[in-house]
Amino acid sequence: MSDQGPLIPRNRDMHPDPYFPDYKTSILRSPKQALLSMESGHSEETGPTFGHSLIGALDNNLILNWSKDGSPAIGERILVHGRVLDENGRAVPNTLVEIWQANAGGRYRHKKDSYLAPLDPNFGGCGRTLTDENGRYQFLTIRPGAYPWPNRGNDWRPMHIHFSVYGHSFGQRLITQLYFEGDPLIDRCPIAATVRNRSQLETLVAPLDMNNSRPHDFLAYKFDIVLRGRRQTMFENKLEGM
Amino acid sequence: MVQKLDFLVETPSQTAGPYVHIGLMPTYAGNPGYYHEEVAVSPIAEGAQGEIIEITGQVFDGSGWAMRDALIESWQPDAAGIFPGQPGADPAVSGLCRFAADAESGIFTLRTVKPGAVMARGGKLQAPHISLWVVARGINVGLQTRIYFEDEDNSADPLLARIELRPRVETLIAKKTAPGKYRFDIRLQGEGETVFLDI
Repeated sequence: MSDQGPLIPRNRDMHPDPYFPDYKTSILRSPKQALLSMESGHSEETGPTFGHSLIGALDNNLILNWSKDGSPAIGERILVHGRVLDENGRAVPNTLVEIWQANAGGRYRHKKDSYLAPLDPNFGGCGRTLTDENGRYQFLTIRPGAYPWPNRGNDWRPMHIHFSVYGHSFGQRLITQLYFEGDPLIDRCPIAATVRNRSQLETLVAPLDMNNSRPHDFLAYKFDIVLRGRRQTMFENKLEGM
Repeated sequence: MVQKLDFLVETPSQTAGPYVHIGLMPTYAGNPGYYHEEVAVSPIAEGAQGEIIEITGQVFDGSGWAMRDALIESWQPDAAGIFPGQPGADPAVSGLCRFAADAESGIFTLRTVKPGAVMARGGKLQAPHISLWVVARGINVGLQTRIYFEDEDNSADPLLARIELRPRVETLIAKKTAPGKYRFDIRLQGEGETVFLDI
């Protein structure tokens, strides 16, 4: 199977609006000029590779990876798992998946977060892993809390986990957020609302996955991620002047 | 009815938010030692071939404020224009670098090897450049752009040639300030807005 075609152009209608006034910070941080569109080349079709030596034994276990004495992080224990695929439906193996999140009270371990909820001494809030040969990944963590943020008068972020994914080429680079099935704050969140296409927003909501939960231990949520694919057709014309 | 196309749709982007650094640059975020090795602290290792250069700049929002919370990734080939993973690539060039605007000054610094020209489809050479990807709170889809260099021949570069408003070409060209030193500012919006890419 050829993997050598150019990247399928990004369908911007399936992504957030860069300028979305209800999310106030986007007002001054969204380009006003048109993006310059062009077919991908080596700069976008190549990308970094990551070796297994990068990943520590507890890197994908957020319940224990900041614990100083082996005590687990406080919160609702969950498994978050899924696959990284491309638009052609093919698994993306051996790619880096990184996550970060608030603790069970909705507080980040970041010098700029001063929310009232306390830090958990045993919870750092980030993890990373490589997908396996079938594109699968999994993290053991606690369910993050919702938290208020300065935007409109009383905005709260729904429970969410940030995801960063590479794929196999720099043009596939993606950062997104996982939301949880049933959270009533999703429909009140202006950041979630930046994705105006409803069916696309739904792809960010991870369903409860009882079949992969473990009795007396953790619940599971499934979250698949789709990255840009590459064109599979073979007939290439040389485009003059492009 | 017609046959169904069986493509999947790309997962939508969401903002990296104000706390992106804890996930991608834990030491910068005040959590040193989180991982035994952080990702892409430098795009080069000892012994990389070519000219070592330093690019500094700031990321400005639409009000002209230098953002303190921007996180940038760069991706580039080696001094011969060969990307990591391609045959003949310099083993000391890993190509990827993560760097952040300084929390006090908003100034970022990228220390790397100057990239070589890259062959484009159709046999045209692309002038030496570094690809950038910029994320921050308020940026809903990561912004792609490129750094070119004022002391290179950029006249035949196929991407720069497609910029219709010619004065905007300058927004992609790093200015040389001293031997091996360049300045490259990124303006998200307004006067001098950087050309952002959809590639």
